[in-house]
Amino acid sequence: MPFNPHTESDVAEMLASIGAPSLAALFDEIPAELNCGGLASIPEGMSEMAVSRLMQNRAAQDGFYSTFIGAGAYEHHIPAAVWQIVGRGEFYSAYTPYQAEASQGTLQLLWEYQSMMTSLTGLDVSNASLYDGASAVAEAILMAVRANKANVRRVLVPATLHPRYRAVAEATVRNQGIEMVSVPWCTECGHTIPASLERYAAETAAALVIPQPNFFGVLEPVDALTDWAHAHNMLAIAVVNPLALALLKPPGQWGNKGADICVGDGQPLGAPLSSGGPYFGFMTAKQALVRQMPGRIVGRTLDADGNPGFALTLQAREQHIRRAKATSNICSNQGLLVTAATIHMALLGPEGLKNVALASHANTRALVERLTAIAGVERVFTGPAFHETVIRVNAPVADVLRALRAQGILGGYDLGADYPELKDCILVCATETKTDEDLAAYAQQLERILSRRREAPPCAYK
Amino acid sequence: MLIFEHSRPGRRAFAQAPVSAPAAADLPADQLRALPPLLPECSELDVVRHYTGLSRKNFSIDTQFYPLGSCTMKYNPRACNTLAMLPQFLARHPLADVETGQGFLASMHELQEMLKEVTGMAAVCLAPMAGAHGEFAGVAMIRAYHDARGDAARTEIIVPDAAHGTNPATATMCGYAVKEIPTDRDGNVDLDALRAAVGPQTAGIMLTNPSTLGVFEPAIGEIQKIVHQAGGLTYYDGANLNAILGRVRPGDMGFDVIHMNLHKTFSTPHGGGGPGAGPVGVSERLRPYLPIPYVLEENGAYRWAEEADCPHSIGRMSAFGGNMGVLMRAFIYARMLGRDGMHRVAEYAALNANYLAAELKKAGFDLAFPQRRASHEFIVTLKKLKDETGVSAMDFAKRLLDYGFHAPTTYFPMLVPECLLIEPTETESKATLDAFVAAMVAVKREAEGNAERVKTAPHTLPARRMDDVKAARELDLAWKPG
Repeated sequence: MPFNPHTESDVAEMLASIGAPSLAALFDEIPAELNCGGLASIPEGMSEMAVSRLMQNRAAQDGFYSTFIGAGAYEHHIPAAVWQIVGRGEFYSAYTPYQAEASQGTLQLLWEYQSMMTSLTGLDVSNASLYDGASAVAEAILMAVRANKANVRRVLVPATLHPRYRAVAEATVRNQGIEMVSVPWCTECGHTIPASLERYAAETAAALVIPQPNFFGVLEPVDALTDWAHAHNMLAIAVVNPLALALLKPPGQWGNKGADICVGDGQPLGAPLSSGGPYFGFMTAKQALVRQMPGRIVGRTLDADGNPGFALTLQAREQHIRRAKATSNICSNQGLLVTAATIHMALLGPEGLKNVALASHANTRALVERLTAIAGVERVFTGPAFHETVIRVNAPVADVLRALRAQGILGGYDLGADYPELKDCILVCATETKTDEDLAAYAQQLERILSRRREAPPCAYK
Repeated sequence: MLIFEHSRPGRRAFAQAPVSAPAAADLPADQLRALPPLLPECSELDVVRHYTGLSRKNFSIDTQFYPLGSCTMKYNPRACNTLAMLPQFLARHPLADVETGQGFLASMHELQEMLKEVTGMAAVCLAPMAGAHGEFAGVAMIRAYHDARGDAARTEIIVPDAAHGTNPATATMCGYAVKEIPTDRDGNVDLDALRAAVGPQTAGIMLTNPSTLGVFEPAIGEIQKIVHQAGGLTYYDGANLNAILGRVRPGDMGFDVIHMNLHKTFSTPHGGGGPGAGPVGVSERLRPYLPIPYVLEENGAYRWAEEADCPHSIGRMSAFGGNMGVLMRAFIYARMLGRDGMHRVAEYAALNANYLAAELKKAGFDLAFPQRRASHEFIVTLKKLKDETGVSAMDFAKRLLDYGFHAPTTYFPMLVPECLLIEPTETESKATLDAFVAAMVAVKREAEGNAERVKTAPHTLPARRMDDVKAARELDLAWKPG
C-alpha cells in the first residue's frame, strides 16, 4: 500500500482492540446512503518509478527558454545551498511553530528574517509572511482602513501598480465595502505625477499606494507622493521589489516621515519562477501599526532558565484566538519560502544583493540599447528605470513574441491587454542571469523578425 | 547565536553572483539608498552550518510523530518534492505562453479533475493558496451568488461553535456577521438551534465534517436541507477530508462549495507554517463565480480560463494563479495513491484513530465522546487529572515533547475542557502508536506522582518554556546591532 505501513496482522490486532469486525465498520456512523461506492474516474496508482517517468516527460515537453519576461516574477541565480537546506526534513516537514520549545529552529530563522526585512525596508516591524505580493497589497489596504479612526473606506491606487495586484486587492476589499480609486499616470514619463493627485485632495482616503519601481519598471517620485499622502491624512503604503531596495532608498525613509506600511512579493529572494508560485508576500510597518498587522509575528523573549529564545507573539490579533474579530483570516503562510529567502539573503549579504540589483539594472539598460538600435523599436518612457523597461515595436506584439518564442526566446510581457494605450508595447527585463550573448541573441532575432516583416507578408515571419 | 553574529565586514559567500557590477549612474541620487541594509556578511560554510544547526532544533514529521489533531501531519513523500522541482518546472515563468507549459498545465488539469471526483463537485479551481484563502473564495462566491440575485438582506453566516477560527474570521473578511450555533452533548450540531437561527438574513452555513470534535455529523442531510430551505447556501470546510476520502463526497451531500487543504489530505509539506494550497470545489450554481484562473482543456490543449472566460468570477486570488509547486506535489501524490490508495487513506486514518482511542481508554484516559466512533481524530480530556494534580493539558503536552512526541493540539476545540485533540494519520505504524500510548501513560503517572516535573516541562529540548507575557509586553521583533 502506498504509504500505509500496516501488515495484515497489525490490522487484525488493531480491529480486535477496537472491537470492530472490519475496516468498513469504522464508518458505521456515516449514513449508508451517502456511501459513494468508489472513485471510478481516479486512475490506477503509479509506482514511484512510473510517476517519475511521467513527470520527466512532462518537464521535457515544457523545456527551457531564454526568458526576458519580468512583470512581477524574476529569474535570479539561487545559490545551491538555499534549496538543499530548505529541503531538509526538519524545515520541510515541520509544522507551524506553535510549540515554541520544539520549533526554535524555525522561530529563530523567522526572527532573523523579520530583522532582515525591517532593515531592507527601513521600517520597525515585520510579520513572518503573507501569501504573495498581490494578496499582501490587499491586506495592507485592509490594515490601513482598520487603522483609520474616521472609518474612511477609500484608498487611492495608481494605475502604475501591477494590474494583477490591483485585481487581487479589488476582489478582496470590495467585500468590505472599500473603494479603490484609480490614479492616472503620465504617459510620457511613465510614473504618477504628484501634482495630478490634487484632484483627489477633497475626497478623503485612508491611504495612498505607492509602487516602487512601478509596473513599467519606472521609479516613482516616492518622496513627494509620501509627503502628499501624509499632508492629506492618508497612510502611505509602499509596494516594492525587495531586491531593488539593496540599491534604492528604503520606504521607511521616503519623504519627511517615511512610508507607514511596506509590502511586496519576496520571489526575487530565492524563490524559483515555478509557473507562479509558491512565492511569498512580505509586510513591514511602523511600530505604531503592529497590532493592526495580519499574520504571524515572532518575538524574542527568555525561557524559564533565563536563556534567550523565540516564540510567536501578539497572537491575540489572529484568527485562532480572536475568531471573528481577528485582523485577518490568514492561518497558513509561506513559511518554507521565507526559509529560502532568509538563507538566500544570508548568503548574498548587503554587497551581493546590491550587485544582483546593479547587474540586473545594467543588463536591462544594455538590452534596451541593443533593441532600440533596431529600426522600428523605441523606448517609451523618459523616467528612470530599475530593471524593466517598456519598448514599442512597429509590428503586432503578439506576432513578434510568437516569432521570438519559436527561436527559444520569451521576449517580454505584452502590455496591450492591461493598458490599451500601450497596445504595441512590450515590458522587457534582463536580470543578472543574462550574458552579453543572450542579449545579442535577442536583438539579432528581433531585428531579423522585424526586417522580414518589412520585406514579406506577415505569414513569412516565423 | 544569531546569523548576524557570524558576520564579519568584507566576508563573502562564493555562491554570490555577480561578484561586481557597474554603478547605476543614470539613477537620481535622491532615489538611492544611503546605508546598506543590515544583512550578514558570511562565508558559505557559515551560512550552511548556521541554518543546518537551526534545523536540528525543530521537531518535524521526518524526525518525530505528530499526533496533531486537525492538522493531518502525514508523511510527505520525497518523490513529490524531487519531481515537482524538476528544473524545467522551476524555470518556467508564470506569464510565459501556455504553449510553453502544456506538461505543467496537463498536470494541473488532471489534479482539478481528480479533486472534482473525490469531492463530487461540478468544478474545481486550484488558485487559493491556503485553507483560509479557500474559505475566503468560498464565502465570497456565496456572497456573489446572493448579490447577483439582488438578495441583499442576507447578512449572516452561521458557524458552529466547534469551528476553526478561520471560519468566523473569513465570514468577517467577506463582510458578513457571524451567527454562532451550539453543539449538542454527542458532538453534533444542535438542530433546534440551527432551525431557530436560519431566516431571510442567512447567507449560508460553514460546516466542518467530520467536525473538529472528531465525529461525523449524522444529520448532515438535514442540516443541508434546513439551510437551503431558508435560502442560504452550504459551505463544507474540507479541513478533515482525510477522514472521508473515497467513502463519502460533499457534493453528494448537497453542498454548494468546499475547500480542501492539500497540505493535509494530499500530503504536501507544512514547511514550518506554509505554503499550503486550498483549492475550492463548487456545485453547478456557483460555477460562474469561481475564482480565476483555472485550467481549461480544449481538444487536448490546455490554457487558463481568465477574465474574458468568466465574467461573473469573484476575481483573482493571487498575482499568478496559486502555489503551483505545492499543487504539483499534490498531483504527484494523487497519482501515486491512485483509486485504491485514496480509499485506503480514510480507512487507515480511521483505523489508527480508533485504535489509539481504544488503547488510551484502556490505559485510563477519558475520551470526550466515548459513545462515538472516532473519525480520523478524537479528543482526550484531562479535566480529572487537572482537578486532581493541577497538571493542565498544556503541561501534559509539553512533557510529551520530552518523550520525543510532538504535542497533540491543545485547548482546541474550546468546548472540551483540558482537551488533547489527537490525529495519528494513516502513515503511522502500530508500533509508533503503541509507543505513544506508553508515553501518555508515563506522563500521567508522573503527573500523579511528581506533578512539578510535568508542570515545568519540557526539560530536554533546546529551550525551556518561553515567557510569552514578556514576549508580548516588551516587543523584541528584530535584531539591532549592539
